[in-house]
Amino acid sequence: MSIHSIVLTKGVPDFREGQVSFDEDGHLERGKTPTVMNPNDEHALRGALQTKVRHSGRVSVMSMGPPGYGDVLQEAMESVYADDLYLLSDRELAASDTWATAITLATGLEKLGVPDLVFAGFKTADGETGHTGPQTCWALDLPMITHVVSIDVDEAERIVRAQRLVEGDVEEIETVETELPAFIVVDPEFDTSYRTAGERLVLKDLRERTTDRAEEHEQHLTTWDHEDLNLDPDYIGLDGSPTIVSSVDPIPKPPAERDATVVDPTDEDGMSEVFEEMQPLAAGGD
Amino acid sequence: MEVILMSETYEHYEAVVVGAGPGGAATAAKLADEGIETLVLERGVDAGAKNVSGGLLYAEQSAPYTIDDLFPDIRAAATERPITEYYMQNVAGEKVKEYDLTSLHEHDTAWSDAVLRRRMDSWLAERVHERTRETGGGLLTGIHANGLLRENGEIVGVTCDEIDPIRADLIVAADGVNSELARDAGLMDWDEPEEWFQGVKATVDMPAVDDRFGIEPDEGVAHLFSGDLFEGVRGGGFLYTNTDSLSIGAVFHLDSLVEERAEPHELLNALLTHPLLARWLGEEYTEVEYAAKLVPDSKKVAHTSPHKDRLVLVGDAAGQMQAQGPIIKGMNHAVSAGALAAEAFATAKRRNNPESAGKRYERKLKESGVMKKLRPKRYERLRPIGEREKTTDVVDRLLTSPIGRVGLKAMDSIGLVERLYSSPFMSMSIPDTRTPYVTLPTVIAEELGAPVRDRSTVEPPSLEERIGELTYDTDIGNPHIRLRDSSVEASGTAVSACPVSATDFGGGCYREETITTNGDTKHVVSLDTQPCIECGTCAVVADTDWEHPGGGKGVEFTRG
Ligand SMILES: Cc1cc2nc3c(=O)[nH]c(=O)nc-3n(C[C@H](O)[C@H](O)[C@H](O)COP(=O)(O)OP(=O)(O)OC[C@H]3O[C@@H](n4cnc5c(N)ncnc54)[C@H](O)[C@@H]3O)c2cc1C
Ligand SMILES: Cc1cc2nc3c(=O)[nH]c(=O)nc-3n(C[C@H](O)[C@H](O)[C@H](O)COP(=O)(O)OP(=O)(O)OC[C@H]3O[C@@H](n4cnc5c(N)ncnc54)[C@H](O)[C@@H]3O)c2cc1C
Ligand code: SF4
Repeated sequence: MSIHSIVLTKGVPDFREGQVSFDEDGHLERGKTPTVMNPNDEHALRGALQTKVRHSGRVSVMSMGPPGYGDVLQEAMESVYADDLYLLSDRELAASDTWATAITLATGLEKLGVPDLVFAGFKTADGETGHTGPQTCWALDLPMITHVVSIDVDEAERIVRAQRLVEGDVEEIETVETELPAFIVVDPEFDTSYRTAGERLVLKDLRERTTDRAEEHEQHLTTWDHEDLNLDPDYIGLDGSPTIVSSVDPIPKPPAERDATVVDPTDEDGMSEVFEEMQPLAAGGD
Repeated sequence: MEVILMSETYEHYEAVVVGAGPGGAATAAKLADEGIETLVLERGVDAGAKNVSGGLLYAEQSAPYTIDDLFPDIRAAATERPITEYYMQNVAGEKVKEYDLTSLHEHDTAWSDAVLRRRMDSWLAERVHERTRETGGGLLTGIHANGLLRENGEIVGVTCDEIDPIRADLIVAADGVNSELARDAGLMDWDEPEEWFQGVKATVDMPAVDDRFGIEPDEGVAHLFSGDLFEGVRGGGFLYTNTDSLSIGAVFHLDSLVEERAEPHELLNALLTHPLLARWLGEEYTEVEYAAKLVPDSKKVAHTSPHKDRLVLVGDAAGQMQAQGPIIKGMNHAVSAGALAAEAFATAKRRNNPESAGKRYERKLKESGVMKKLRPKRYERLRPIGEREKTTDVVDRLLTSPIGRVGLKAMDSIGLVERLYSSPFMSMSIPDTRTPYVTLPTVIAEELGAPVRDRSTVEPPSLEERIGELTYDTDIGNPHIRLRDSSVEASGTAVSACPVSATDFGGGCYREETITTNGDTKHVVSLDTQPCIECGTCAVVADTDWEHPGGGKGVEFTRG
């Protein structure tokens, strides 16, 4: 028995210090900022890997984006030893909003044959809507479990049991189950520890088998454009995106709460003023 | 129904081997060859990352198993150089007398190669993984077995920091010196300093070994050092040639180190900076690694019945480390013992009596002659006389007296001293006193030696620099050693005996501190395990709760 999982992942600008560049107006300079795999998608990938380790089977990774996303997919192959990669890439797909992205991803998944489990990340580091997963799921008409922190697949019963974080006044963990195939949105708290030697040995096997594969990841990469997917250009990309962006404003720096006076420590007058100002504080006043 | 059972029972393997040093590797390889499902657990991030030896790996002609019986490619793939010349340097001040002990080295030796443990052990581990994986098991690194799993008081498996407990029909403790499993089973304790040696070592970069030693790439040299180099501490130094580096170090009797309150790193420096070494070390000294580890003395601690229930002890964990005069043989015996243990289990299983593996292993250790080497009868018989302080005094006085000195010269003129040194029979029964380690070599050098003309320019790194060069992954907030008694009386010795601590150094593991409360001053010992290199010394010389760090944590040696 085995389980086929697909992970949806997106490339995002590398927002880490030293990688990201902004212009004078505070706009992201995409050309100068490298693209990396969306950090939250790592948890989704690890969820799929855990499923493969426990139940064997196959992990596919799918992304919609420009051809440069091939590197992101390679990263995915390296980190979770994915079996095959799918890139949905086409000029017609450019400027998709979450709706158009979801329609496209759902069509790609259908073309591939809906797997047992679809994994999506919680939110991306740039768009941050958290809509893409649920919308894709809706388009596929699959049962969905969000905020998932652990899963347990019962292959015989074709059931997935998941623990999910329910945020309220206190954090609670709720256990739910649904039939396969199902759509899982993975929470960053997802537990991917391996507590048995057997699991760790399988993981080691996968690592050994995949090292070479990731190096020649292009041989395992399938690229589909809108024609391959049989998608009408009016329903995808910019034309298929109902979201209207009225304007993009840089977030202003928070104003400082207090005024500061700069005092040169070698300036005696200035310094004695400082001490005078501080006197009441030292005396315990305010 | 089945699901519930699965979650309540632990994973089971036919055999679980804890530790992937030479002992564990040999056991696992032999078990796999017998078709036994074998899981190997190693705490290092990589096999060899925790291990240190001198190290000359011996293949003895008389051994039931040698490492190349089990790993035929090892010499081509994972050792440094065959050792083809073997000398003893007797040192007194700057006077040195050299004896050629190549014949002792070659006695019962099929071959002997210098090795570096990270390279060798990680190579072995890969082979072991390939072979055990075929049985349904395999080798995992980064897993620290922290104790024995018991059921109704009987040992049935191991517990680990990182994974759920493992049950097995055979449990092999090949976890080296300071074996937590052997201690948990009550088979070994860590109480008496006189049962242990401490080895310290520097690996020194040397691209031109051939030139410096006048040898070919397929040749190698060993030099042993004894005499007054180590301030009266009983012990000996060594220098072994690797492919493009040198292993230089010393092995000391732990009780002597404790008695003299000696600092191991300073004793090592005394060797490194001795003018005798200048001709090999030259002007440039680049130390690539500083390391240390306890070494059991098989004469005193080799367990004669190293098993309990389903557990067997192999290698250092069982005290199977033979100091045969200047020759240190631990790795080879760990290999022999491991393969014998595997053989014992395979037979026991075939006879449908897996519980008998321990007894069979014990018998094999005896019948194969391994135990006789580890615990030589002659030493046991002579020990009560040879190691009495009075005897030592008399012999030492005689040796250092004019008569003794004349006698020595007479013996040397007919080549008798070198021949005696070369006698394997003698070296197996040498008493653990200062006579053979200090007095005799010193007198030899004084009477027969010639002064060394070279000057040493070697400046060994400070302890701080040595620690700074090492790689650590500290388990912050979870120290693996805790002081049970911080009084100077109970634990003060560790300040000097710990190889990364020193009396005048605040950056080590152990420090002596003065605390003043209400006008009362108190001297106490404090411990910071961050620079710890896991040598095991303080487990014996101080009052501690001592464990190895969690899997993958702690120090990571790159040479060993
Ligand atoms: C208001 C608004 C306006 C926008 N306008 C534009 C625009 O004009 N032009 C433009 O180019 N973009 C635009 N975007 C960006 C674009 O719509 C989103 O980046 C994209 O749809 C994914 O949404 P997200 O980044 O919010 O992902 P989220 O919904 O936060 O992502 C959740 C998960 O969905 C999956 N996922 C998301 N995107 C992909 C993908 N591409 N491939 C595979 N899996 C994926 C991942 O698993 C991810 O972890 C806009 C976004 C917003 C919020
Ligand atoms: C300075 C020095 C010089 C030496 N010179 C020589 C020499 O020249 N020739 C010679 O033959 N011998 C020499 N020895 C001795 C030799 O190193 C040992 O006898 C030999 O390594 C013993 O092998 P072993 O397999 O029993 O244990 P080790 O090699 O110590 O292997 C034990 C393994 O178990 C692992 N382990 C420990 N605890 C756990 C745990 N709880 N869970 C999981 N894994 C664990 C360790 O990480 C390690 O990999 C020397 C030793 C020293 C210190
Ligand atoms: S703290 Fe103990 S185990 Fe660690 S290096 Fe010092 S003496 Fe060795």
